[in-house]
Amino acid sequence: MTAPAQLDRPEAEEDVAGDRPWVAIVWNDPVNLMSYVTHVLMELFDHPRAVAEQMMMDVHHKGRAAVSNGTREQMEHDVSRLHAKGLWATLQQD
Amino acid sequence: MRFSRRAGGVVAKVDRVEAGVLTSVVGDLLDLLSDDEPDTAAGKQDPLAAMVGLPTGPVERPSDPALVRLLPDAYGDDDEAAAEFRRYTETDLRAGKRATATVVLASLAPLLERGGKVPLDREQADAWLMCLNDLRLVLGTRLEVTEETELDVPDDDPRAQPLLIYGWLGWLQESLLASMGSR
Repeated sequence: MTAPAQLDRPEAEEDVAGDRPWVAIVWNDPVNLMSYVTHVLMELFDHPRAVAEQMMMDVHHKGRAAVSNGTREQMEHDVSRLHAKGLWATLQQD
Repeated sequence: MRFSRRAGGVVAKVDRVEAGVLTSVVGDLLDLLSDDEPDTAAGKQDPLAAMVGLPTGPVERPSDPALVRLLPDAYGDDDEAAAEFRRYTETDLRAGKRATATVVLASLAPLLERGGKVPLDREQADAWLMCLNDLRLVLGTRLEVTEETELDVPDDDPRAQPLLIYGWLGWLQESLLASMGSR
């Protein structure tokens, strides 16, 4: 494969860490029922069933899935709500 | 035990033995949720912080793995941020879980003598769903359940009884979820 051409990176300070969005991640665990995880994702985030099911399958097969994104404060709020429901969730900067 | 759908919620049909077993495990869950709960971050009451509404929750992760699973770290790779998050949120998280467990105990109380049916509105059904999940998280952690764990083990296995209860709770949760349907 060929290496991509080197592009001049803009020198503006827009790529600072603070601008990158945060994500709430749900991790796989052997206890939570697949149907329950789907239910929680639909209920907390208003995800349509198909989206929630896809996220649940990603958690199941890939070990984790990002289920929501936004500011750090918003993600802390979402992680709190996921913990209240018993899902194993963390937040991190994307 | 069985759940069926009704207008505005579900009905739980519970026999006396089931009501007793559930009441007992939910009681254990309530005890566990009060374990390891330090008064403040520093381990002693700080009246000034409490008075001005500063968070006085714990910063240390609980020592019991089952409790860690109920109250997990919010930051996987940043201990300092995880501790700070815990200080602000753990007290409320514990209180919320105790509140849902208390709803379940209250709906079981009238059924302890002879069993029977109890109607659950949407909010109560949600509490049941969360509490059944918390019970399974605790038991599953204690039993070191994996996705491959066989729930049906010989009777002389010391895990036979708790695995039976664990499997039953999973079946109950699945059945409650099915009867609640989608909102």
